[in-house]
Amino acid sequence: MRSDLQPESTDARLESRTFWSSLAGSANLQAYLFLTPLLVLMIGFIIYPFVAAIWLSLFDKTTGSAGTLIGLGNYLELIQDPVFQRVILNTCIYAFGAVALKLVFGLFMALTLNQDFKGRTLARGALLLPWIIPTAVSTLVWMWMYNDIFGVINQILVNLGIVDWGLPWLGEYRLAMIAIILVDVWRGTPFFGITTLAGLQTIPSDIYEAAEIDGAIRFRRFWYITLPQLKGVLIITSMLSLIWTFGEFQIIYILTRGGPGRATHVFSTYTYEIAFLGTNLGKGVAVSLFILPFLAIAVFFLTRYLLQTDDTRDVV
Amino acid sequence: MKNVLRWFRKGRWVRIFTVYFPAVMFLVVTLFPFYWMSISSFKPQSELYQMGKPLVVSNPTIEAYVKLFSDTMFLTWFKNSLWVAGVSTLIAVIVGALGGYAIARFRFTGRKLIGQGVLLTYLVPRTLLFIPLYDIFFRLNWLDSNWALIVSTLTFVVPFVTWLLIGYFQSIPIEIEQCARIDGASHLQVLRYVVLPLSAPGLVSGGLFAFTQAWNIFIYPLVFISSPDQKTIPVGLSMMQMGDVFLWGQLMAAGVLASLPLVIFYTFFQRYMVEGLTAGAVKG
Repeated sequence: MRSDLQPESTDARLESRTFWSSLAGSANLQAYLFLTPLLVLMIGFIIYPFVAAIWLSLFDKTTGSAGTLIGLGNYLELIQDPVFQRVILNTCIYAFGAVALKLVFGLFMALTLNQDFKGRTLARGALLLPWIIPTAVSTLVWMWMYNDIFGVINQILVNLGIVDWGLPWLGEYRLAMIAIILVDVWRGTPFFGITTLAGLQTIPSDIYEAAEIDGAIRFRRFWYITLPQLKGVLIITSMLSLIWTFGEFQIIYILTRGGPGRATHVFSTYTYEIAFLGTNLGKGVAVSLFILPFLAIAVFFLTRYLLQTDDTRDVV
Repeated sequence: MKNVLRWFRKGRWVRIFTVYFPAVMFLVVTLFPFYWMSISSFKPQSELYQMGKPLVVSNPTIEAYVKLFSDTMFLTWFKNSLWVAGVSTLIAVIVGALGGYAIARFRFTGRKLIGQGVLLTYLVPRTLLFIPLYDIFFRLNWLDSNWALIVSTLTFVVPFVTWLLIGYFQSIPIEIEQCARIDGASHLQVLRYVVLPLSAPGLVSGGLFAFTQAWNIFIYPLVFISSPDQKTIPVGLSMMQMGDVFLWGQLMAAGVLASLPLVIFYTFFQRYMVEGLTAGAVKG
């Protein structure tokens, strides 16, 4: 520790990567002292539970019991179960549908906000609100909007003469899926819009000027310049959103609890139902682990693009 | 007539379709639910359940707000949410700053691994962790307490805050820190008196992100908390019903009040909140 007070060693530790091996163990000690709270949290409450989840999924365990090891039994049982096959399908429809719509609307929102118009700053601020407001609050507002009789959506549809009676938004299996996707798209589009807008603003304007001289029309400029330049941002945003949407619980739990029937059950709501309402912890955890293949794909793209485009960090 | 012709010739009408029309559409769709929430919270019971004119309030009243405080535990939930979100934010910023500084500036064995670990733990979905966390909190005897909520909130807030701050710390010129070190400051002093003041915007962004997330957590309190007086706003609201009937007026009033702290933060610190939001996705 003594040498730590000497300025020359400081300089080496702060600046030079090539010297790190020559530093005393005290540099490591210092670093790990700073890192202790972070590591306790990461290892104790994220990595350990993650590993415990995988371990638990190999057991036939109900709340309060010790459980018996059954290997892949839970997984085999699940993939043969028609209800769970339905859950996989629902999750994919919900997640891919919602992310695709958010991507399209977000891109459209960003292109709109990227132009000069009166009140643009205000509009940009207002458009982000769905992302800021607690999801439980906005989901309950949507639930009230979807209300069969007094909900504003049905009242407007009836008043305009489009339908004779209000639609059962949360009571019919196809409408219910559309309803939960709509809420997710409404809430998530601002995230796409703002990140894409930030990406748009990093595109150097001289590329467009060159294209203008070449006489490229609006659509071609978008297709051959804007989109390729945005590729990184769009992939990162979509993959982040895909991870979140695959794990979405709140919107679905509040609006439909997975119903009607099992029409909107997804991994997260089904996990909750099996583990906490059915007290089958092992099987419940196995359900949630089916997200892993999708997670792995998203993480693969994310790390590739996030680390490649981010040259301000030398860590990763 | 001449003016109209000139206006058309200049191609301004194109802007109606490419700018104003989409901008107005986005604003209407985005803001409508907030409008509906606000007017519903001021409608008397009779207008709430009336067909015909859903978009206006004829006789505004604060009845729903009064009932919210007299008939429900909203105030308790609000206090719980404030406490959980406040403490989580504070801890997240401290833990994130210490860890982020070490990763940004120290050269130590395992640095790269930990740096990447921070990013990866940020990506672990919450639905994967709530069952094993339930087990851990059960053994720690933390179930039904604020600590279960604070620690579980930290699991998804701290990795992001750390990640955000690593970028901030690395953008500060290293020479300033070296000067302080030569003058005899310890690493902790350098962090406290030199680095943190210089990265204030990053701390604000990270803190606001943490608060927003903590204010929003749902699945963890749903699973870890059973007593009504320990609940936080989101779960409390989702269970605010009389038998099968939702009390829409009170729920919308609660929604307005629950959104207020975030709307206030957002009004004053919009730039930082947007920064926290985009940090993960965009370069820099």
